[in-house]
Amino acid sequence: MRGQVVIAGIGQTEFGNLPGRSTYSLNAEAVRHALNDAGIPKDRVDGLFVKFPTSRFEFMYGQKLAETLGIVPRIGGVWDQGGAANASMVGYAAMAIAAGQCDVAVVTFADNPKSGTRQAYDKAWGHDQIYGWFGIPAGYAMIAQRHMGQYGTTAEQLGAISVTCRTNGARNPRAQLQKPLTLADYMDSPMIVEPLRRDDCCLVSDGGAAVVLTSAEFARREGLDKTVPILGFGQGQTSWEVAQRPDLTTTAAKASAETAFAMAGLTPRDVDVAQIYDCFTITALMSLEDYGFCKPGQGGDFCASGAIALDGELPINTSGGLLSETGMPGMQLIIEGVRQMRGDAANQVSGARTCAISNQGGVMHTHATLILGQ
Amino acid sequence: MNAPDNFPTPVIDALNAPYWDALGQGHLSYQHCKTCSNSWLPARSECPGCLDTNWCWQTASGDARLVSWVVYHRAFDPAFQERLPYNVAIVELDEGPRLISNIVGLDAKQDIGSQLRIDQPLQLAIRHEHGVAIPAFVIKAVQ
Repeated sequence: MRGQVVIAGIGQTEFGNLPGRSTYSLNAEAVRHALNDAGIPKDRVDGLFVKFPTSRFEFMYGQKLAETLGIVPRIGGVWDQGGAANASMVGYAAMAIAAGQCDVAVVTFADNPKSGTRQAYDKAWGHDQIYGWFGIPAGYAMIAQRHMGQYGTTAEQLGAISVTCRTNGARNPRAQLQKPLTLADYMDSPMIVEPLRRDDCCLVSDGGAAVVLTSAEFARREGLDKTVPILGFGQGQTSWEVAQRPDLTTTAAKASAETAFAMAGLTPRDVDVAQIYDCFTITALMSLEDYGFCKPGQGGDFCASGAIALDGELPINTSGGLLSETGMPGMQLIIEGVRQMRGDAANQVSGARTCAISNQGGVMHTHATLILGQ
Repeated sequence: MNAPDNFPTPVIDALNAPYWDALGQGHLSYQHCKTCSNSWLPARSECPGCLDTNWCWQTASGDARLVSWVVYHRAFDPAFQERLPYNVAIVELDEGPRLISNIVGLDAKQDIGSQLRIDQPLQLAIRHEHGVAIPAFVIKAVQ
């Protein structure tokens, strides 16, 4: 599969507060831009893979969106993996293309939790409400606390991730939050669920983003000139709720990355730039460990050393990530990976030839990895 | 089912009723599979180990350890606004099952986090919340 399928086009809406825009409209705008970018007419699209809007589940959303787009796909639907879904759907779309199930696939996502409802993120955890157990941030805070206790990871080390993403976002004209953050600002930001502060938590954003996939052969035949090959992809699932998870400080991100690196025939040392899912700082820190960019327990030192900065050995989240560009679950990281491989990113890493991308969902329940090349 | 003041009390059904009844009588219980010896919480109709239905309720010793904890500084439900800051913990019973609970008996004048550490031994201390007996844990005194 290595390099058989390419990302031919990318598209996005504005990110931020977009009142009055439905998720159908945001998806349609993102798909329009992605098809224009690819130079592929809409009537060639025969695969449509959709992550439903996180803030509001809707039955048969994929079919309603297909109608909105005026596309009659041969294969597609809605995929439910939380924030891992966008990267994992790129993998499914690639497999569908390789298996002859479709020629051109669109993978798209849009949501409007900022101008609409963010209730999905404040959910209660069943019977455990009686203990005061609510909300997504608390699940990540449990993991962060254990990591701190087990390895001595510090708030300042988590803060280094936030500072890095905000520095990058401040230099990205498309970012929702273009305000840099100092470590002192981070330490002063209020606790939400201790040990996580406000600035450990990603943005809440409206917006849409889409990618167009096809085979390398189709791209050659049609003379498409901005294509980026998918070298590897993988998935892993941890499944257990946080309270039931036997080990809190490692996840199936490890299995996901191993699968993707094996397909690509590469190792973590070959990666020049990475887009690491940062819904919370601890997510990025543990993913860096699980991917093998540093050893288990050394993610804190790795992040605080400057290694993840634009001029470091492994620049991450070059467009600002979920902490600064947009809180959208994952698709923006894929699009930024494509820009880095094309060489036209706002914060371009010079000479970057390989990009790893992580997406994850739930409270580190699901994980998906992409490795892009040139 | 919420209490009259909208406090989020648990929904009790045929499957989990023995768990809540036992707590009312002063015992913390868990499910144990007679086929594969797996033990677990919360209540499930099939053993997550072997998928058999040949399980029974057993009484926990009350000895446990602290897996992790958080301290809420923002109320995600108005019912908890006046309790801020409050802790929520993941607790592992000596028999294996893990559950969400609270650590009680801490010094209110001191920072919550400074009194807790991972893997600290704990002891069951059932308390009542809006008429429901629920498990809580205290830090076990050093022998």
